[in-house]
Amino acid sequence: MKKLVVAMVLLSLASLLIAGGARSESPTTPSGPSDRNGGVLVFARSGDSVSLDPGRETDGESFYPATAIFDTLVEFKPGTTEVQPALAESWDVSADGLTYTFNLRSGVTFHDGTPFNADAVKFTFERMFIETHPAAAFGPYKYWGYMDMSNIVESIDVVSGLQVRFNLKKPEAPFVANLAMDFAAIVSPTAVIAKGADFAFEPIGTGPFKFVQWIKDDNIIVEKNTNYWRRPAYLDRIIFKVIPDATARYLALQKGEVDIIDFPSIQDLADMQTRSGIKLINQEGLNVGYLAFNNDREPFGNKLVRQALNYAVNKQEIIDAVYGQAGTAAKNPIPPGMWSYNDDVEDYPYDPAQARALLAEAGYPNGFTTTIWAMPVVRPYNPNGRKVAEILQANFAAVGVQAEIVSYEWGTYLDKTDTGEHDMALLGWTGDNGDPDNFLNVLLSIPAATPPAGNIAFWRNEEFNDLIQQAKEEPDQARRTALYEEAQVIFKEEAPWITLAHSLVYSAMRDEVMDFVLYPTGKRVFYDVWLNE
Amino acid sequence: MGRLILRRIVQLIPTLFGVVTLAFFMLALSPGDPARVMLGERASQARLDELRTQLGLDRPLIEQYGLYLSRVVQFDFGTSIKSGRAVTEEIADLFPATVELALAAMVFASFTGIVLGVLAARKKNSLLDTASMAAALIGVSMPVFWLALVMIMIFSVGLNLFPTGGRMNIRYYFTPITGFYLLDGFIVLLREGDPKYLMSALHHLVLPAVALGTIPLAIIARVTRSSMLEVLGQDYIKTAKSSGIPDFKITFVYALRNALLPVVTVIGIQFGLLLSGAILTETIFAWPGIGKWLYHAIEARDYPAVQGGIIVISTVFVLINLLVDLLYSVINPRIRLQ
Repeated sequence: MKKLVVAMVLLSLASLLIAGGARSESPTTPSGPSDRNGGVLVFARSGDSVSLDPGRETDGESFYPATAIFDTLVEFKPGTTEVQPALAESWDVSADGLTYTFNLRSGVTFHDGTPFNADAVKFTFERMFIETHPAAAFGPYKYWGYMDMSNIVESIDVVSGLQVRFNLKKPEAPFVANLAMDFAAIVSPTAVIAKGADFAFEPIGTGPFKFVQWIKDDNIIVEKNTNYWRRPAYLDRIIFKVIPDATARYLALQKGEVDIIDFPSIQDLADMQTRSGIKLINQEGLNVGYLAFNNDREPFGNKLVRQALNYAVNKQEIIDAVYGQAGTAAKNPIPPGMWSYNDDVEDYPYDPAQARALLAEAGYPNGFTTTIWAMPVVRPYNPNGRKVAEILQANFAAVGVQAEIVSYEWGTYLDKTDTGEHDMALLGWTGDNGDPDNFLNVLLSIPAATPPAGNIAFWRNEEFNDLIQQAKEEPDQARRTALYEEAQVIFKEEAPWITLAHSLVYSAMRDEVMDFVLYPTGKRVFYDVWLNE
Repeated sequence: MGRLILRRIVQLIPTLFGVVTLAFFMLALSPGDPARVMLGERASQARLDELRTQLGLDRPLIEQYGLYLSRVVQFDFGTSIKSGRAVTEEIADLFPATVELALAAMVFASFTGIVLGVLAARKKNSLLDTASMAAALIGVSMPVFWLALVMIMIFSVGLNLFPTGGRMNIRYYFTPITGFYLLDGFIVLLREGDPKYLMSALHHLVLPAVALGTIPLAIIARVTRSSMLEVLGQDYIKTAKSSGIPDFKITFVYALRNALLPVVTVIGIQFGLLLSGAILTETIFAWPGIGKWLYHAIEARDYPAVQGGIIVISTVFVLINLLVDLLYSVINPRIRLQ
């Protein structure tokens, strides 16, 4: 009996070693793409798509499968907000910045055999804003409105079979980034006309995967498009499976029923990090949470006061107490995943002595009394406004500034901060197109400081404003980057906000899932994903 | 009997009329503009007006109500604001899943509950009685979502006996025929002789049905026990005992049938509650049913979907009550005379 036990222990140890050995060797990357395994990937997510016509929808869940089925004229480089050519091989911008001519890729066909050309591009976009368009009735095309495209695009002309021209109402460089968003996916005109409203449930695009089946609230299946215009995807099929409960998703992953899970529960993250066979990735979301100083109210018009309060805050304490693993400290008004993010900017360190010195210099040696407005809702960029406000209150009190916490119902809160009734207010922003203009112009420009204001710091800095207006009209990406980097330096020095945090988005998967990356814009892209088994 | 059924069905009409009226006015009178919700916050006034006309929101309320009634009679609940699909179509897609789950849960709960209740009553104050009634008490008090997660952890991840959720192995790429997966699996078995779909559907049904059935099981067991105790104490049972009829026969033939009346009532009510109350179970087990769908529809203020969902669930509830009434007269013929 004893011998048997010993033998069994040895045997299991040996098998552990063998298994362990195999594991450590397994991540050898196959030399060429041809070696990469396809297979079926199950992606578990929290909700079903509303429809699969990305022009119609606004929610991420609708876009996930649509991103696989459709292509856009330009696209985000994997894991970034930088734009690269896709269905458009290149584009020319006129000197006045008012016309964008896209040179389209030739030989591309939709999954139904319809050729991709300038007419398809014109059709796709015109349905969103020309009311007499034959497909206008299948809308409403909400995101077109969200991005204010009707005030940007004047008209669209077919120059030739593979050349299409957008005539703009005003110079608008971020316009190109808008075209990388899901709502700008190019649809098959013949399929839209033939299927009518049903197109949204049987979508036809040019993308790396073709639509196969949708069982409502259960799963959506897409399969590899072997006729893709670039290297075909590695995966043979993707199953987008709805598992609403985060813990149930994780249990399904542990059991190997699914390969990737979206939005894991924050409570499970620690377990995921240590569990063998499972890996965890994260990405800063396209958002920022901040405390804005109302520059129209005393004493916040004084730069020294704003800087002093920046020194007074122990940001790490806020991250640890409120965000946990769901956020990282912010130093710039744009998130780190965004191009032109200026990593050379240094944040104000936690230094109460320096804060007191600056307050004294500003004429407030004994501090002052004021209010902190706390948002009443949970947002990714600020999961608990009240608690953040309480920590800020304690930090400010330590340097002599007595702040009372104020809060309103969310709608009222937004109305009142829009018109500047606050002293200091917590708020945040979630971006759409990955362009810095979508943050800096909306939140900090001079035009945005007029009620209803996006700039609730009511901070009007000519120098900063000139830089971002110049960048908005400048088509050259390198020059835009330089302008935005400089703007961020001014922002930090002038300190109209205390930048608090960016949320972190997580995804967990089996070790065998390779090359799945999260995008700052929230896209889920499977084109490069393969299974190492 | 036929006249009784007919009379009961005629009596349903005012009830259903009330349901439709309530469903309509509850939503029509609640604050908020569905056209605004549908178009999003940055919609133009022109678009809003156009949509209000399209949805009939610009007409007097009473006229809207008339129109709604005339459409509902033809089983037309309008178009879902969120998805743009016909509400009838969406319900038809999801309702079979909920019905299948609720039926399975009720069969499990009724059978096990009645057996437990009878056994407990026969051996009153025995260990079996105390243990099963304690278990029933725990069953009633347990939060369903917690029970469901614990069951997945133990039976699915730990012991690897059952899948964690869903209705069918997704890698089978199964296309539903009727939407009742057990039935669909059976059809495929008959047609192609392949039992794997039926087996997979059954396999996926066990955990959610047991989780959803636990609370009704506990209630049914307790009602059965007290009802049985009452009947077992009556004179005719004593007479039967003294005339030497076997114990088993007395319990299951003479006593149980009379004790079943309150049990059937409870089963009917519980089944109705399950239909609307399966939201949590459906959520944890990724079961694509009507509960979750209705919850999201309410969140999105998708009025046509909410109204349609309420009407369908209420109608089923009413029909189950009818069935219970009819069952009474089968179990106890004396009721027919009244």
